Amino acid sequence: MSIPWNEIADVAAIVCLLGGAFLAFAAGVGVLRFGDLLARMHAGTKPQVLGLMLVLTGLALRLRSGSAVWALLLVVLFQMLTAPVAAHMVGRAGYRTGKVRGDLLVVDELTADLRRAEQQPPA
Amino acid sequence: MTVVIVVCGVLLTIGGACAVIRAERGPSMLDRTVALDIVVTTLTAAGALYAALERRTDIVPILVVLSLVGFVGSVTIARFASVEPPGEGRVRTPEEVAAEIAEALRLEQRAEAAAHPRPAESAQSTADDATGEVR
Repeated sequence: MSIPWNEIADVAAIVCLLGGAFLAFAAGVGVLRFGDLLARMHAGTKPQVLGLMLVLTGLALRLRSGSAVWALLLVVLFQMLTAPVAAHMVGRAGYRTGKVRGDLLVVDELTADLRRAEQQPPA
Repeated sequence: MTVVIVVCGVLLTIGGACAVIRAERGPSMLDRTVALDIVVTTLTAAGALYAALERRTDIVPILVVLSLVGFVGSVTIARFASVEPPGEGRVRTPEEVAAEIAEALRLEQRAEAAAHPRPAESAQSTADDATGEVR
């Protein structure tokens, strides 16, 4: 018996590419349709990174060569390192410049925390 | 395989177009930043699709570079995003631009005159400057 590994890898690559492209599409629609900076940031970080990871996994399954797979792993690593940093910076800048709408938030721990810090004099 | 790539390409195109529309419409600079971040990632995914279609490994370094450059852009904008005055987001009229340029030129000339007084009339010019300051 011989297992057709190449065909299996190609089919898995097709599934990964389709899923990744759909998630990237969802990120685009989300950033267009959501009404708030933080909601748009959600669309811009989570589905986008997972979609790119799926597309790159599909590409790795299709290329099946060592060096390319390592470079793709590097891309995924960069994306997972940089997307939280960028989202954190955007969220912080948005909060400081008053772009975060408090009435849309379910939990807002930062405002309460800042208020408490203002009331207590620093030790 | 080609059909799959075409379907994926259509999905990516629609997603990227939505992000571009948001970047054009976005009320604040940070919205535009997030949208452009999505555009860059969509471009990366599109390059990966092309590489998957043609089985080309030489596209992969481009993907590495794109994933790094998009990060630098969004972090830079978020770092320097300060409070925007209400009128800051609009395009200025030619008269306002001309007034600003004239103002900058005037300040520059004054600084130049203060830094390098002419040797022959240095005493005179400093006296002038002093009276000007008082006035």
